[in-house]
Amino acid sequence: MKIDVLFFARIREQLGVSRLTAQVEQDITLEQLQLCLAEQHASHWSEVLGGENVVRAVNQVVAENDQVLAEGDEVAFYPPVTGG
Amino acid sequence: MTAFQPDCAVVITREDFSQDALQAEIFACGGSAGALATFVGLVRGAGPNGVIEAIEVESYPGMTESSIAAIFEEAAQRWSLLAVRVVHRVGRLEAGEQIVYVGVSSLHRREAFAACEFIMDYLKTRAPLWKKELGTGGAWWVEARDTDTEAAERWGL
Repeated sequence: MKIDVLFFARIREQLGVSRLTAQVEQDITLEQLQLCLAEQHASHWSEVLGGENVVRAVNQVVAENDQVLAEGDEVAFYPPVTGG
Repeated sequence: MTAFQPDCAVVITREDFSQDALQAEIFACGGSAGALATFVGLVRGAGPNGVIEAIEVESYPGMTESSIAAIFEEAAQRWSLLAVRVVHRVGRLEAGEQIVYVGVSSLHRREAFAACEFIMDYLKTRAPLWKKELGTGGAWWVEARDTDTEAAERWGL
């Protein structure tokens, strides 16, 4: 299945990409997606995506690592926010 | 439970905003407001890393708006509010420029003050928005601050 993956702010800059489409197996969890992305890309991806305080959202709602993903889901990784 | 269904709106934009126009919008919502509390955030000209010439603000189009709209619902459960307006700018903003506007009207002042602060604490700690400071010494992403997190935790955010 296909998952849209978005990266923001410091994470976007560290990975050098703002958006990609990941081709993954059915019913994987958010945590498994993160491992897949790290395997498919450069070695620093594991560190950046697995870093402390990285926020993960599924379909624009903050999610936990064990959330199961579905075809076409939008997943985002972003650092702690600093708006206002 | 509240008897009020406030008129709420959030705008994420590159454009500057007029405080007068936003205030007029809030007043136009009518009702029996006895109080209006507003907060305006500005780009500081200096920080821990020295002179700040400008900042760049990044959002998550869609989620930024929907998460702020959700916090309006939460605020409406806690206080009897009549109208809420939030504008948060994105893109490059020079030192001294306006970044954010929060305006809340209610029957009495305490509710307006509290809801305004509650929404600002949410914007600082939960809404997907990120600031990068551009200074004479380089460019750096602003780090999340513990004091902001503690302020948000006061509300159970």
